[in-house]
Amino acid sequence: MLLESSRTFIEFLQDTSLFITVKSSHFISFVVPFYLGCIFLFTVLIYKYVKWIQGIDPRQRHAMWRNLFTRRPWEALKETVLESLVHHKIYKRNPVLGYMHMSLAFGWFLMICFGKVESSIYNHSLLDDPSFAIFFRFFVREKGLYPGQNTLSFIMDFLLLVVLSGVAIAIIKRFHSKVVGMKKTTKQTAIDKVALTSLWWIFPLRLLAESVTAGLAHNGSFLTQSLGNLFVAIHLPLESIELVMWWIYSLDLCLFFACLPFSRYMHIFTEVVLIFLRKLGAQTTEEFNGYSMVQLNACSRCGICIDACQLGFSAGVDNIQPVNFVADTRYLRLTSEVLNDCLMCDRCVAACPVGVESTLIRQQIRAKKVDESKLYYAYDQAEKARKKYNVIYFAGCMTHLTPSIITSMKKIFKEANERYWFMDEDKGMCCGRPLRQQGFFQQADELMLKNKELIVSSGIKLLVTSCPICYKTFKNDYQLTGMQAMHHSEYIDYLIKYGRIKVDRSDLSIVYHDPCELGRGCKVYDEPRRVLQSVGTLRQAEFERENAFCCGNTMGNAILPSEKQQQVRDDALDMLTRCHPDVLATACPLCKKTFSGGNKVKVKDIAEIVADNLEKSSNFGGE
Amino acid sequence: MEQKTVLIIGAGMAGAEAAAQLADNGLRVLLLEQAAQAGGNVRNWAKLFPDFTVAQDVRRQIFAQLDHPNIELHTDTAVATLREHQGRWTAEDEHGQRYEADAVLLASGFTPFDAGRKEELGHGIYGNIITSVEYEQAILTGRLLTTEGQVPRRVAFLNCVGSRDEKVGNNYCSRVCCINAVKQAIEYKELVPDGEAYVFYMDLRMSGQCYEELYRRAQQDYSVHFIRGRISEASGTIDRRVQLKAEDTLTGLPLRITVDLFVLMVGMEPSTGTRRLASQCGIAGEYGFARAAGTFTADNLTARPGLFLAGTCKRPLTIPETLADARSAALQIIDYLK
Repeated sequence: MLLESSRTFIEFLQDTSLFITVKSSHFISFVVPFYLGCIFLFTVLIYKYVKWIQGIDPRQRHAMWRNLFTRRPWEALKETVLESLVHHKIYKRNPVLGYMHMSLAFGWFLMICFGKVESSIYNHSLLDDPSFAIFFRFFVREKGLYPGQNTLSFIMDFLLLVVLSGVAIAIIKRFHSKVVGMKKTTKQTAIDKVALTSLWWIFPLRLLAESVTAGLAHNGSFLTQSLGNLFVAIHLPLESIELVMWWIYSLDLCLFFACLPFSRYMHIFTEVVLIFLRKLGAQTTEEFNGYSMVQLNACSRCGICIDACQLGFSAGVDNIQPVNFVADTRYLRLTSEVLNDCLMCDRCVAACPVGVESTLIRQQIRAKKVDESKLYYAYDQAEKARKKYNVIYFAGCMTHLTPSIITSMKKIFKEANERYWFMDEDKGMCCGRPLRQQGFFQQADELMLKNKELIVSSGIKLLVTSCPICYKTFKNDYQLTGMQAMHHSEYIDYLIKYGRIKVDRSDLSIVYHDPCELGRGCKVYDEPRRVLQSVGTLRQAEFERENAFCCGNTMGNAILPSEKQQQVRDDALDMLTRCHPDVLATACPLCKKTFSGGNKVKVKDIAEIVADNLEKSSNFGGE
Repeated sequence: MEQKTVLIIGAGMAGAEAAAQLADNGLRVLLLEQAAQAGGNVRNWAKLFPDFTVAQDVRRQIFAQLDHPNIELHTDTAVATLREHQGRWTAEDEHGQRYEADAVLLASGFTPFDAGRKEELGHGIYGNIITSVEYEQAILTGRLLTTEGQVPRRVAFLNCVGSRDEKVGNNYCSRVCCINAVKQAIEYKELVPDGEAYVFYMDLRMSGQCYEELYRRAQQDYSVHFIRGRISEASGTIDRRVQLKAEDTLTGLPLRITVDLFVLMVGMEPSTGTRRLASQCGIAGEYGFARAAGTFTADNLTARPGLFLAGTCKRPLTIPETLADARSAALQIIDYLK
């Protein structure tokens, strides 16, 4: 009976020659734009994704194929639901912002799902025409045709309402971004604006089209039917505008689909691809490749990184944040300023809801061509270790600028009766990471190879360094198999734990600054805190651990003017000293030097504090 | 007519000279000094550039003038607050003692840069690394020796410690260190004629009278080595000498040298009193120095009527410049109180 009625209706439309029949009895001309948009979208998507996945490092790609048959894809699925649909990371940051993203993404997703359920029940087939679900209310104009129709209609109306509320917040956000707890929002390109506008219109247009049909056919639920009744009440010429409304709705969908791959909304699909690739084992390498492209396209330009960036809120630099950097890279308009003016502190990466490793991508793009990088010092090299030692001590070039850390470490080594080889005692050695951060990969590789020979030939199994910058590179880039690299905070923690040194507790009030390279860079948060708690009272700072501030000094930014660097430093100092500590403890020579320059509070490295508080009874005879 | 009172904060060169001039002109002077005795930084100097005048002679001459019925010297008196009310100035010291005056001369001077802030230069961490001030004291006591009591065979002087250094936030030139390093290097060579003296510099600013000649003599008559380049790091060696790492920017080569004594030519920073009072009176200028009302004709005046400036509380100055500046300030005050 239903089929009959819809056929009668279709025949009626056929007479008005707005209707073309192709195979399916439900085919009606306004679905054409929708189909064209879909075909275009998926062709472009498949083309891009295949190209990018082919561009991933071949070794990683092979490993990923193998991982396909483990439980990793299921983990990826779970993450996709949590991140791409529910957006729980954004929720944690700001509930309103989280609701906005969830209502749009998850709401729309559920509309598609329930729409499909509706049409599948009605057509008794899961493989029915996809457009039937999208334009369901137009095709199915009667009620009580199958069990649960009212419930499903209600759900669909409810979901539409949820999505519309999300759109409303998005519109408010565009004009008043403070509402959702964000200071600034991002700039839009022309194609973004078209995509954004067409996206905003999709749901109001759907509401209008369904309401008009509801006014005619009484097949709506609480939302669409009420609006439809209102249209009837104000005597709108519903018959003549119904098809027009559905046409506009379909055209708008087509426009959005066509813009999507070239706009920020590329993130909708790419985020899922990124999650799967990452779970399967894709990693950011030193070369800019297909995985970098996936990451760049997975950026939704939400702008959360803008608020995380200290160069932004302390030094007024507002064009270099990942959201800008990523967009500039995608649209091939990246300037050297945007590329190079970055503290490389990774606060933005820690805040990014999608996990775009923009700092590493910066480093990839910074890679210098061989002819660009002739400036090269022949660094002197240390001699080989002559005796048998248990530990290599590599102070690092920055630590040589803060010699009290070295004297403290010597004191601690002596106290622990450690036989150590001071590898860079003669200075002039470099771990290679500063060169890497500036893109001088070839020079860094040469240095690292020489250093590695020295390290391996010594036969020592433990390397202790005082500099987190060195630590990160020894740990990740040197591939020292059968060896362990430790930062001195971890090493001191180990010495205390095994009773090799004893410390006195004092009434010192200490606040600890997490160095970027040690904290976010190597995830060492607990060891330094444990050490400090054993010598004094550890105060809490407002921003700690993965949210810790950067001191403003970095090997990764060669162009930041010193007054801006000082602004970053002073804000960080203000934040850290709000608890009025006796001493600001750091675990990085660069942070120590920077904060000392601020002249605000006594700054000491964790090694100095420990060396000052070594148990008195055992401390005679020390230097 | 009632005798007018001038309050002078700081009894260094500037304060003492101005006090004498004002007292000779019939004004009552309250001279407040935070240290136990008058004299300021110059008390630490042995001989003065560019002609090796004995600092004590100059000092004696200046401070003898303080023995004057119109001058009341209060030592151990650090001014905590300085206030003005309807043209009357009131200073209060840390013990709550009040001093009232019709005009105030700020002569609170400078303090030598704390070399510990340049940690990479090792002062306070390794032995045999001293500041130019400590070097003067060694000359004064006649014991220019290493911590092991040996005569240093090789000495390096480093200019611009805490001056012209963005990293410590002092972009200005302290003006006296270049010529002072030349003077101190010559003094060393006179004590140890066969020793070696090295002066590391960015550029040498020999702008005063006879400075250039002294610099030439240091090279020709005393064989002092001048190396263009800053020292990046200093560290102690096992035999308790000092190893320096630098770059000779004329040859473009990195350089490493071990010396027995390393002297840091520390620059001038505003003293804590200068910082405190300048910011209290709203006349804090760049780097915490006190700001004069004008560069050319109002260099002793401030934005506050009745508050005057003299000497190194404004900027780094040499001793002759400070004395001239103090006299000029005294004239301005006499004029103001007429």
